[in-house]
Amino acid sequence: MRAQPARHRILVVGGGFGGATAARYLLKRDPSLEVTLVEPSQSYVTCPFSNLYLGGLRDWDSLAHGFDDLRALGVRVVHDRVEAIDAEKRQAALSDGTRINWDRLILSPGIDIRWGTLEGYDEAAAELTPHAWKAGPQTQLLQRQLAEMPDGGTFVMVIPEGAYRCPPGPYERAAMVAHYFKTHKPASKILLLDGKDQFSKQGLFQQGWKALYGEMIEWVGLSGDGQVVRVDARAKEVETAFGTVHRADVLNVIPPQQAGLIAAQAGVTDASGWAPVKGGSFASALVEGVHVLGDATIASPMPKSGFAANTQAKVAVAVILAELAGAPIPEASYANTCYSLIGPGYGISVAGVYRAEGDAIVEVPDSGGVSPLDAPASFREAEARYGEGWYASICRDIWGSA
Amino acid sequence: MPTVTRLLIAFLMTGSGALAEGPVDPAVLAGPCANCHGPDGHSAGAIPSIAGLPEAETAALLRAFRADEVQGATVMPRLMKGYDEAQIDMLAKWFAEVKS
Repeated sequence: MRAQPARHRILVVGGGFGGATAARYLLKRDPSLEVTLVEPSQSYVTCPFSNLYLGGLRDWDSLAHGFDDLRALGVRVVHDRVEAIDAEKRQAALSDGTRINWDRLILSPGIDIRWGTLEGYDEAAAELTPHAWKAGPQTQLLQRQLAEMPDGGTFVMVIPEGAYRCPPGPYERAAMVAHYFKTHKPASKILLLDGKDQFSKQGLFQQGWKALYGEMIEWVGLSGDGQVVRVDARAKEVETAFGTVHRADVLNVIPPQQAGLIAAQAGVTDASGWAPVKGGSFASALVEGVHVLGDATIASPMPKSGFAANTQAKVAVAVILAELAGAPIPEASYANTCYSLIGPGYGISVAGVYRAEGDAIVEVPDSGGVSPLDAPASFREAEARYGEGWYASICRDIWGSA
Repeated sequence: MPTVTRLLIAFLMTGSGALAEGPVDPAVLAGPCANCHGPDGHSAGAIPSIAGLPEAETAALLRAFRADEVQGATVMPRLMKGYDEAQIDMLAKWFAEVKS
């Protein structure tokens, strides 16, 4: 009798769009692997579609996805937090003191808030004026504040410049809050204070806002003095670069962000706070034997989206399997489609197809792009329906739950 | 079929563009499709399932999307413009052969 070869041990940190996809596809493609997934939460609540919850179009439970299906597939799911990564020893330390050794490590830690970068916005301030940019109690807090706001109030959203999770997310949120106001508090206003002059799917959003909500949403960009430099969470006031003070009834501050903190601890982030990766594999450019996925990475021109993280995970899995088998490394292929809902039956999208060129990621020329501006209502209706279909399919592809 | 064999076959099959730096793994090429069309092309919602569709029909439809010849299409024309002839054939074959 021959001895069983040692099973390769893969540790995945983070049970979101990148990490849970990686865990599933590792075992789907090679059931002999020993795959451990460490995720603090018993169920993962998705940022995608959390704006629909704010709009009253989706219930909370439909956003939460458990890990039983991954367990049934053979993934060892550990609900704990990774406190430290020792890349040289190839060992992770969990909060409860457990140590896990790996042959390959996949980090998919999402984002953390860069507290203190925006004056006055710290963790205590977020309890008064939520960011709601990591789906969970923050999203529910924002929903309660909107529900308690009297009709005729003003909802103010602070939107950052630079790299942040889900580029079209703030503008979809504006639309969903507008839908809620139109339905329940029609005299209310929405003011968007933006640190930049252009945004994702801008023409489509502005067209849709006007079509469905008239003048309810006002967007102020950087050159119109939209950049917020100070937050007073107690007074629900913000101050712009040129000193204008805006008072809100409900204030939503989307602050500057960085890779999930464990990424910095593991040494995979650079001075930008994000993790540079090799475009063909999503292997860390800084630490050997470690892959980084999703919002934590510098993957431009790919956006920080759940769809992108899922396709990055599938490439990383194929690369890891090839490396472990001593086979040639397969060519990378990525895509993205981000649907945004402006109102019931009114959806828009942006899509892209990406490949690796050396260590860089490039968009395939002449592919991708946004929904046409002059499309008929049937097109918007179809994209609303397909957005919902996308959510059902990707959730089944990742957590096994639609 | 074991992954390694699949990779080797893909390696022998591939003849695509100058950007190619390694073998094309059809599972990687087909990976993003699952995000909307469901795991292995079995949809969980409003977007059509594509698992087990006849290869020639799928290849023809994907080419028609790419050429903006499909009435009522939304995102597929934009996506298919990112795939070349060999990649379209490989995707059509992959989803035709997927286990239902």
